[in-house]
Amino acid sequence: MTLPNPTELLPRMARDLRAHLAARQISDPRFIGIQTGGLWVAQALLEELDERGPLGALNVSFYRDDFSRTGLHPQVGPSNLPFEIENQHLVLIDDVLMSGRTVRAALNELFDYGRPASVTLVCLLDLDARELPIRADVLGATLSLAPDERVKLLGPSPLALERQMLASQ
Amino acid sequence: MPTAAIKRPLQLNDLGQLRHFLSLDGLPGELLTEILDTADSFLEVGSRAVKKVPLLRGRTVCNVFFENSTRTRTTFELAAQRLSADVITLNVSTSSTNKGETLFDTLRNLEAMAADMFVVRHADSGAAHFIAEHVCPEVAIINGGDGRHAHPTQGMLDMLTIRCHKGDFANLSVAIVGDILHSRVARSDMLALHALGCRDIRVIGPHTLLPVGLEENYGARVFTSLSEGLKDVDVIIMLRLQRERMQGGLLPSEGEYYRQYGLTTQRLALAKPDAIVMHPGPINRGVEIESAVADCAQSVILNQVTYGIAIRMAVMSMAMSGQAAQRQLESETAAQEQN
Amino acid sequence: MATMRILGARVIDPASGLDEVTDLYLDATKIVAIGKAPLDFTADETLDAQGLVAAPGLVDLSVSLREPGYGRKGNIASETLAAAAGGVTSLCCPPLTRPVMDTAAVVDLVLERAQEAGHTRVFPVGALTRELGGEQLAELVTLRDAGCVAFANGLNEIPNTRNLRRAMEYAATFDLTLVLHSQDAALAEGGLAHEGPTASFLGLPGIPESAETVALARQLLLVEQSGVRAHFTQLTSARGVEMIAEAQARGLRVSADVALYQLILTDEALAGFSSLYHVQPPLRSLADREALRQAVKSGVVQAIASHHQPHEQDAKLAPFAETEPGISSVELLLPLAMTLVEDGLLDLPTLLERLTWGPARVLQLPAGRLAVGAPADLVLFDPQTSTLAGESWYSRGQNCPFIGHCLPGKVRYTLLDGRISYRA
Repeated sequence: MTLPNPTELLPRMARDLRAHLAARQISDPRFIGIQTGGLWVAQALLEELDERGPLGALNVSFYRDDFSRTGLHPQVGPSNLPFEIENQHLVLIDDVLMSGRTVRAALNELFDYGRPASVTLVCLLDLDARELPIRADVLGATLSLAPDERVKLLGPSPLALERQMLASQ
Repeated sequence: MPTAAIKRPLQLNDLGQLRHFLSLDGLPGELLTEILDTADSFLEVGSRAVKKVPLLRGRTVCNVFFENSTRTRTTFELAAQRLSADVITLNVSTSSTNKGETLFDTLRNLEAMAADMFVVRHADSGAAHFIAEHVCPEVAIINGGDGRHAHPTQGMLDMLTIRCHKGDFANLSVAIVGDILHSRVARSDMLALHALGCRDIRVIGPHTLLPVGLEENYGARVFTSLSEGLKDVDVIIMLRLQRERMQGGLLPSEGEYYRQYGLTTQRLALAKPDAIVMHPGPINRGVEIESAVADCAQSVILNQVTYGIAIRMAVMSMAMSGQAAQRQLESETAAQEQN
Repeated sequence: MATMRILGARVIDPASGLDEVTDLYLDATKIVAIGKAPLDFTADETLDAQGLVAAPGLVDLSVSLREPGYGRKGNIASETLAAAAGGVTSLCCPPLTRPVMDTAAVVDLVLERAQEAGHTRVFPVGALTRELGGEQLAELVTLRDAGCVAFANGLNEIPNTRNLRRAMEYAATFDLTLVLHSQDAALAEGGLAHEGPTASFLGLPGIPESAETVALARQLLLVEQSGVRAHFTQLTSARGVEMIAEAQARGLRVSADVALYQLILTDEALAGFSSLYHVQPPLRSLADREALRQAVKSGVVQAIASHHQPHEQDAKLAPFAETEPGISSVELLLPLAMTLVEDGLLDLPTLLERLTWGPARVLQLPAGRLAVGAPADLVLFDPQTSTLAGESWYSRGQNCPFIGHCLPGKVRYTLLDGRISYRA
């Protein structure tokens, strides 16, 4: 199956997000991208939405659940949330939703900053391989991969998807 | 000539990651940079409302201090707590080793209580190496200072301080002033500066307080005159002068030392106008540094404490991570061999 | 008593210059012939020694037996057996026992135990001062009569120069030999390693070269003044052996030995803080080691000794400063020394002289010769096979950094008084 072109997904995602927020009467959300891919998607999405507000960057390395097995992952840079979390409506953006553990880590981290009023999850891709009860509120596309396949987002501009094979055991 | 077997560096696992943090000797510049970058992320954590991350939740960190130190001990405790670890502090000077129990047995007993990490401070050079090699190879050992040999977390926090305030090391002039002979901080600083590419490392002090081999071991330039040595430097690291140095003929008096080597406002003016003043603490006002200088705008002494917590969080998580990765690698290898 | 013939060995006797492939004939405790069998000689035992070297049994000037008083570290039976395994038939033990060897009673005990064990001859070195305290002279003549061959004060300096002079004059009166360590206590105080870039890097307090040379200067001047026969032991520095050479050139009766490990190791061995390399006096620089090697080659240093110091495991299993100094190595004396031949520093006869005749002459010991009428104290070794150090181990002390190494040469037989004291 061919990989979708992220740029082509963005306009519909922007429309879906506007509709989702409007239905809940959320007018001034704070946007946060999960480093690094989610941040790229967030930047592109904000452009699509013509949003000029601040964009938060979240590094979830310290909240992952696989530390005791595989240790610290290579660093992607400190988190930077230039706004209050307490009582805010958040839009959390990631590139690929797979097991759901990254989003779980991101939520834990956000709650350590404060208590948000709500969190809306936007993902470019859902790989239909969830291990936790987490789903995107706004989704670009669903993709099914073979067990040893992965997909990687290239960026920041232009955004593109690349298929990768896992190294054999 | 009988030849010795070549050993894998004690501090690194098979993937070249940190699994003990004993000294900066033998650690490549890239790894030191990785420590600084990781510490940057933890600095950000320290500025949040909730200053904790769950990285070491459920792990036990034992601070085993054979040498007394309130300040280093509390920063290690704080660092471990901010990583959500359980922390135990053992001041061994007051407990079982005085009853004749060897260091070996003391630590083996602690290991049996399922400690995941030891932070060790000891009066003997090489103590942390001894523990990592002979006592508890499976437990991550962090050297909190061993004799005169090394204080690697202090070395790294000093580097983080320099990087945050001055940027890249390649074009900096750094002066270390004082009792280099007895200083583990100076040794770690010089190793770190050298590995990170600093090309002008200066040490300043009287001959009685300077060890041999400074040029050979660290590429450092030796000055016995403070005015000469401070000319146009970007960073001044002042070392603490201990009272004991007045005995045993090393120095005549604190007064004479201050007059020759104390950092006064006049002497500070010989450095670059934006030079920073550092000190590992605790400072002796009026002995190695003038009070006004310790409190002036160029002094980053208090910032060093903040950087210290971030660095300690970084090395503790990296070492714990390196141990986990090694265990994973070994069980994968064992599984493969069974097939 | 038994007779034995040893056939086909390369027989080397440094004292006479003999170096040829020939046969040896032993009767009871003595060598009765070299070359041709005596008339009416029948051998009860024959050793086929083709390919082996036969040399006088090695004479080791310093082997700590640890008895009386240090039972955890070793005892006379175990350490003399270890020595025999290293090719040694005569050894000197230093006075650092507990109680110190400053009374005839301690000397008697050591000689008795050595006789019982029967692995090597033991020639005790007595204490120069009571309790090695550096103040009062020990009863040197009484100790000599009990069996002491020389007198020493260990690494403990005699702080009062006047006492040192008097001790030398007293010893000179009776033509007694002094064995002197050279280390100025104040300069060496607190030091753990050679004061150089390595110790500096590791943060180990240093013992400067001047600790040896300052003490040596003081001792040499007083030796000159008193006329005492003096042997300087365990030298470590280039400057130190230079001073010995000068003194010898001036006609002083001074001899010297170095520890075998000092000819092989340098302070760089301390890099990982391994306590196995913690020794006193310390391992010094590469330049020092090279000068020591040259001094051994030229004969300024007449003897190589093991300076064997076995320790219990606990003594070495602690941070460096808390460990006790010393290497256990007598049982590797021959193969470890053979590395000097392998390196091309010495030829085999010269090496053997530094290990047999040289040390024997220094302390005037009845040993170190392979001649007709001499006691049948021999070592037979194979220069072509190697020894895997540690494969078998007789000493109570495992504190040896050479364990696990492959060393050139292998002792096959050590004979004491015509009887096999060690067999590989």
